[in-house]
Amino acid sequence: MAQQETRWGVLLALPAIIGFAAFTLIPMLASLVLSATNWTIGGTPSFVGVDNYVRMFTADPSFYKSLWATIYYTLGAVPLTMIVAFAVAMLLNIGVRGQSIFRVIYYLPAIVPIVANSMLWIWLFNPDFGLLNAATGAVGLPPSQWIFAEGSAIPSLILMSTWGFGNVAVIFLAGLQGVPRHLYEAISVDGGGAWRKFRHITLPMMTPTIFYSLVTGLIGSLQVFVQAAVMTEGGPNDATLFYSYYLYRTAFTNNEMGYASALAWILFLVIMIITVVLFKNSNRWVYYEAGDAR
Amino acid sequence: MTTVTELASTTETPTPRQAYVSRPLTPKGVTKKVLVYVVLIAGAIPTLMPLVWLVRSSLMDASQIFISPPEWIPRPFAFDNFSGALTQVPFARYFANTLIIEAGTLAGTLFSCSIAAFSFARLRWRYKNIVFGILMTGVMLPYAVTLIPTFLFWQKIGAVDTYIPLILPHFFGTAVFNIFLLRQFFLSIPYELDESAYIDGATPWQVYWRIILPLSKPALAVVGIFTFLSTWNDYLGPLIYLNSSDKYTLAMGLASFQGTYNAQWGYLMAAAAVVLAPVIVLFAFAQKYFVEGITLTGLKG
Repeated sequence: MAQQETRWGVLLALPAIIGFAAFTLIPMLASLVLSATNWTIGGTPSFVGVDNYVRMFTADPSFYKSLWATIYYTLGAVPLTMIVAFAVAMLLNIGVRGQSIFRVIYYLPAIVPIVANSMLWIWLFNPDFGLLNAATGAVGLPPSQWIFAEGSAIPSLILMSTWGFGNVAVIFLAGLQGVPRHLYEAISVDGGGAWRKFRHITLPMMTPTIFYSLVTGLIGSLQVFVQAAVMTEGGPNDATLFYSYYLYRTAFTNNEMGYASALAWILFLVIMIITVVLFKNSNRWVYYEAGDAR
Repeated sequence: MTTVTELASTTETPTPRQAYVSRPLTPKGVTKKVLVYVVLIAGAIPTLMPLVWLVRSSLMDASQIFISPPEWIPRPFAFDNFSGALTQVPFARYFANTLIIEAGTLAGTLFSCSIAAFSFARLRWRYKNIVFGILMTGVMLPYAVTLIPTFLFWQKIGAVDTYIPLILPHFFGTAVFNIFLLRQFFLSIPYELDESAYIDGATPWQVYWRIILPLSKPALAVVGIFTFLSTWNDYLGPLIYLNSSDKYTLAMGLASFQGTYNAQWGYLMAAAAVVLAPVIVLFAFAQKYFVEGITLTGLKG
């Protein structure tokens, strides 16, 4: 039996093991090797050592520009989405009638396919006939050029990203519903108000959920691609030249596979460092119930 | 892990309504409730507005769509935006292409991820946990770091401009998060079921096929829906691997449509609505699994 179990165990896990080797491990190492070459499609590659990395940091303004655009976008989109999602989840958790209808309404934007969503928002951002300038005009605000001007392009994309907060809100709502009621009652007995309940129960109990959303949000946001590819083509004046889009153009428009691989590894390192730092710091503020292994 | 193991039970017992039903309403309580409603409704308006804008634009003819300040009711309802958009670009073709890729990725992911998850959750073999741990490092890896060598590999063997690069990896459990999700679910099924089957002479395959899979329909539905959505939404994959326009997916077709029919907003919004519609239908029928899936993926701690 034990032998049979081992045989089946390995056999059934084998496709996934092969897949990991073929589509993750080997390509990852191959891209590290490629990053040390000047590989172009059709050209004869030669080994250039760390030249690609030196070029990136010393002679490539687009690298810094794309890094900055991506960080700017992430620093806006992730916190804003989380704050809005948390506020809405708190309101939904109060338990008014029609909670499930509101949940559907707030979740709906999150299921719009990203390309369709990009098309919709180009039209919403239209400076002459779009909804957004009609709305700002209606409340007496000046019109904006939105994604069509250098200064407002990234804030506009942050706004668009925040609209899809429903995913995070559903996660937060589930987290809030998991907070044991008796903890709140204990505060009520002690004569504590809503603020104390929020500060001393809700917030600490929600830190694992907040932490998870923060990590996945950052990782996802640092890889933002479609908005630049479909909506702005990195413009105007490279204002939305997101890192992944710059990498895509380097690889598939300019055919510089070696240099693009070096770009990919830097992105990988940035994401890894951020993740490790967040996890290292998490024990300072993330509360895990006793009995949880972590 | 607790949330995942509770999936089976939470699907049957809805969360109990909050205590507001039994608590006598004080004037202060009433004010609070009203306030919450006002805020929720006030927030729902900007949330829904872009979608309303999408629908109204898709039904307006060119003269009305550019009226400022904007109008909300199409006069007349310009349904020909839909027929126009759908005939100018071979959307039926794109739709069929997308369905082919969907069928492949769904079959591949459901099969390869569930057998791997079964092995990691229900069978004992040496180094199993180490292997599982190594596979899971793939979850946080940015796609960019494997993108270029993978592309060069498919190009080398002549598979570019076919659906193979978009489908085949899914038969090898490359969507590793699904292995994790299914494993967590499988772990919650009582082991006595397997043991009694083995005593009756069943093989591990029979246990997987006849016992574990039938009990795991909710988890498989979650994996299926999210795989469907990620394939439906994928833009980078088709963009890199598909060159001939007759092989485009819907997402690709929609994006290229934008370049060609710039400023024909009625057409563009009609096309976007067509891409959105199947997702809305899926959501309407499987809302429970959507919410469960997000909650599961969000609360894996």
